[in-house]
Amino acid sequence: MRSVIDIKELSVSEIDELVSVAKDIIANPEKYAHKCDGKKLATLFFEPSTRTRLSFEAAMYELGGNVLSMASAASSSASKGESVADTAQVISCYADIIAMRHPKEGAPMVAAMNASIPVINAGDGGHNHPTQTLADLLTISREKGRFDNLTVGFCGDLKFGRTVHSLISAMERYEGVKFVLVSPDELTVPDYVKRELDKKGVPYVETSDLMSVMPELDILYMTRVQQERFFNEEDYLRLKDSYILTPEKLESAKSDMIVMHPLPRVNEISVAVDRDPRACYFKQVLNGKYMRMALILKLLGL
Amino acid sequence: MNIDSIKNGIVLDHLTPGKGMEVYRLLGLDHLDCHIAIIKNAPSRKMGKKDIIKIADDIVLDTEVLGYICPGATVNIIKDGKNVEKKKMSLPEKLVNVVTCHNPRCITTTEQELPQIFALTDHDRAEYRCIYCETLAKN
Repeated sequence: MRSVIDIKELSVSEIDELVSVAKDIIANPEKYAHKCDGKKLATLFFEPSTRTRLSFEAAMYELGGNVLSMASAASSSASKGESVADTAQVISCYADIIAMRHPKEGAPMVAAMNASIPVINAGDGGHNHPTQTLADLLTISREKGRFDNLTVGFCGDLKFGRTVHSLISAMERYEGVKFVLVSPDELTVPDYVKRELDKKGVPYVETSDLMSVMPELDILYMTRVQQERFFNEEDYLRLKDSYILTPEKLESAKSDMIVMHPLPRVNEISVAVDRDPRACYFKQVLNGKYMRMALILKLLGL
Repeated sequence: MNIDSIKNGIVLDHLTPGKGMEVYRLLGLDHLDCHIAIIKNAPSRKMGKKDIIKIADDIVLDTEVLGYICPGATVNIIKDGKNVEKKKMSLPEKLVNVVTCHNPRCITTTEQELPQIFALTDHDRAEYRCIYCETLAKN
């Protein structure tokens, strides 16, 4: 039984296939409106994430399927001490596929090891969130028309940002991709991520100055710099403004560069940027639903 | 220093110097009744110094654990005073219930019946990561 726990489990050709199915769904939604008739998706969210859950549920409804959902983690049997393994076996009796969000890292993997139906990881703590990366990839494909020969800038918290690490590991597989890693010294990309890039010969540069690299970027992926990641408030106050994207900062960027963000944003992209045609973060949300549809179809073998 | 040679049993040779006691403990040799010698910092032509453990009994060894602690170790099986088999250890691909994940956010911290499984992710650096949360194993 195939599950998707980590984006690295999907090969380049599988990602291409998901992207092309998602594009076909966008072009011909009626063709897919009854693909999942009689099928049920169980959304098991052991920590609140309303939007990811709604995205999965919207995806299943648009495929003609139904959704089983629990009211909250507090009302689930996990609160009575049931193990993830047992929950996975029980839900396998009711549903055809599971989307699981869990505060503990590795919980969806444990579910997948014990379920008799496919499990999609909808986020496990600060660890993996493969469908966010699929949303990012569809956005890149639709906006840039390719995955290769792109200069991809990541800005903000690159140390703890799981979406950043996942997108790097998905994009490093394409020819001619270069990464520009923009962060304060405290929040640089972990060494093991850089070692992987070195091993594969993927070029990257690290800098703390966004403006100096802005003109070369094809994609700017923004993330939130959280105050609690800093050792002292002085450093935070000194650095936080340099990682806030404003229309003025975008002046030196390419006219066809795209700005991405996994959302929710707090203040790292000023609202004035939303009107810029290069802003793609709300498109990412919509693309996330299409990729979840494509993934559900793939895992159900439809 | 003279240590008797053994007639039947196992000699763990080329152990990383200083690791002998750890091997003794993790292989559960402290539970055995037979004659055991632990030699620390024995002179070695290849390694300069090495630890050696001699076990005067034919026991089943957990080679995963031994390979993890001392990847360069050699296991010699002795029968009737002769070395009948020599096995070179290497880093195992997987470790089951050898190391414990120290990431407080890992699922293994709340579900303690789960086996602690670590996979070899970087051979050159001898790095193992928890298969559930990918946290690096602490040596």
